[in-house]
Amino acid sequence: MHMEPRRNPNSMDRPPAFTLQRPLPGELTIVLSGAWTLHAHPPPPADLLAALDKTVRCLRFTCDALETWDTRLLVFLKTILETAEQRHIDVDRTGLPPGVLRLLTLSEAVPEQVTYSQPDREFLVTRIGRQVLTLVGQACELATFTGEILLALLHLLTGKKPFKPRDFLYFIQNCGVGSLPIVSLIAVLVGVILSFVGAVQLQMFGAQIYVANLVGLGMVLEMGALMSGVIIAGRIGASYAAQLGTMQVNEEIDALRTMGISPVGFLVLPRILALMLMLPLLCVYADIMGILGGSLIGVTMLDLSLVEYLEQTRKTIQLSQFGQGIMKASIFGILIGFAGCLRGMQCGRSALAVGEATTSAVVTSIVLIVVSDSFITYLLYR
Amino acid sequence: MTHPVPAITVKGLTMAYGSYVLQRDLDFAINRGDIFVIMGGSGCGKSTLLRHMVGLKQPASGSISYGDADFWTLAEDDRATIIRRAGVLYQSGALWSSMTLAENVALPLQHYTDLRPEVIAELVSFKLSLVGLAGFEAFYPAELSGGMRKRAALARAIALDPDFLFFDEPSAGLDPISARNLDQLILELRESLGATVIIVTHELASIYAIATNSVFLDSETRTMLATGDPKILLRECADPTVLNFLTRGTGQREVRTV
Repeated sequence: MHMEPRRNPNSMDRPPAFTLQRPLPGELTIVLSGAWTLHAHPPPPADLLAALDKTVRCLRFTCDALETWDTRLLVFLKTILETAEQRHIDVDRTGLPPGVLRLLTLSEAVPEQVTYSQPDREFLVTRIGRQVLTLVGQACELATFTGEILLALLHLLTGKKPFKPRDFLYFIQNCGVGSLPIVSLIAVLVGVILSFVGAVQLQMFGAQIYVANLVGLGMVLEMGALMSGVIIAGRIGASYAAQLGTMQVNEEIDALRTMGISPVGFLVLPRILALMLMLPLLCVYADIMGILGGSLIGVTMLDLSLVEYLEQTRKTIQLSQFGQGIMKASIFGILIGFAGCLRGMQCGRSALAVGEATTSAVVTSIVLIVVSDSFITYLLYR
Repeated sequence: MTHPVPAITVKGLTMAYGSYVLQRDLDFAINRGDIFVIMGGSGCGKSTLLRHMVGLKQPASGSISYGDADFWTLAEDDRATIIRRAGVLYQSGALWSSMTLAENVALPLQHYTDLRPEVIAELVSFKLSLVGLAGFEAFYPAELSGGMRKRAALARAIALDPDFLFFDEPSAGLDPISARNLDQLILELRESLGATVIIVTHELASIYAIATNSVFLDSETRTMLATGDPKILLRECADPTVLNFLTRGTGQREVRTV
């Protein structure tokens, strides 16, 4: 099959080609012609390499018909030269243009370094062993990190000041007040959705007033904590990982260490504490917003009065159930802060690593939230 | 002075990342008041050696001693006490980007002293004026040029009047004049603070201008090839790699003044 050559600025040039000549027995001359550029399509060197057999003792080049050249020619020559060297064929390079000669010499000036790289294939056992070692290493890191946080907390409780109060207040403002708009929106909509789903079923029995029970319990027990947890994981957990990751890249964390200031106490503790305190408050706020969202549907579509709806909600929800949601939210807060900060502190020194840390922080947080939520629910209702 | 105890002694130090050995068998001593240069080609482990000395990375084997104290065998708290006497200037400056210059310089002071905020503010202004950044207290690191950031980081490194000053490539990314001014600043601070200065660099101009002692790390043999005053090394060192480095590959044994 023949392909149309690609149009290029030097379309006037003749295509690159080579021919082989054998002026004397044991001698091979490669005659290069045309434009050997990156835009051109030179013939594959396979025939030529096959011609470099035992009968050839000396290889020469003729470049009289060569028009222009760039790295394309160099790469081509490199293949030939390497093969010739392997097959112990003498190469007379004098026929090559001086520029080509200089560049070839330059590329050969420093021999290829033996670098450390993983072998391509490892035994299954080696791979499993490596995986296990990585896992053990990660477990150790996790334990150390937890220990450092607890130590920093101990410092705080014994009256030392591991972080700046102003930083702490900033984090509180950022994840508390700063999250109110998005939490409002999501919580109201979740309330509306719950109420819709319930209304369709309950209207069949004429029991639409129980929509208030469904929405109230749903929000207070589960959705308030879960939704604010997921929002905060995306909004705050990710930003913590990115902040700490960037500080890692900038050597800012090293700078803290060599100042004798514990990065965990200074950076991680205030973040986790802020989340631990703010997420329960956001959860309560989300509960209320969700109930209001539910009442909106109750009033507009189910012909319930607002007072009726709220009274039904009040009768349904007990304070202990509120407490249950708040407790969950607090645990979620710790988990989100922990995951975000851990990923940030583990971050490598590249832009890619910061991105990975951020993604991983969100994924870890959400997994931890859902898993711990099911666990807590199981414990409470078993 | 008869046989002073070296400020820092490195004995049989091997540095490794996992099973990859970066440098082995490093032996040298840094005397009090030295301006000690860690030199060598790119990627030979200069910065890693610095990280070992300031307690950020544990040696694979061998020891680093501050005075008589073997640093890595000490308890963590004792290590922290030693490192508190050191100021480090990182390659990128590593100023805390969420804080203003004043807050950056003030943080170590707040952490280690019981000084009142007004006193700390005065000290901070003074330190910033030492590095020529008076009036920049309220600026954030991102608002400064590279050279200014380096100098601000220097102000932070000298915040606690350290006995040891570590510099990782101080002139990297600076123009020749700024680099020379920074050298001058380092010299003056050494004089007035009486600190021992350890510099990682491959800038020959800096090396001849300020170094009184040095160690040369080689990436090929993965060990040190020479230690001593670089000006004397230039005259007397027989090792071709060191000579090649010190003469920029010309082999001319003469100090070129810049």
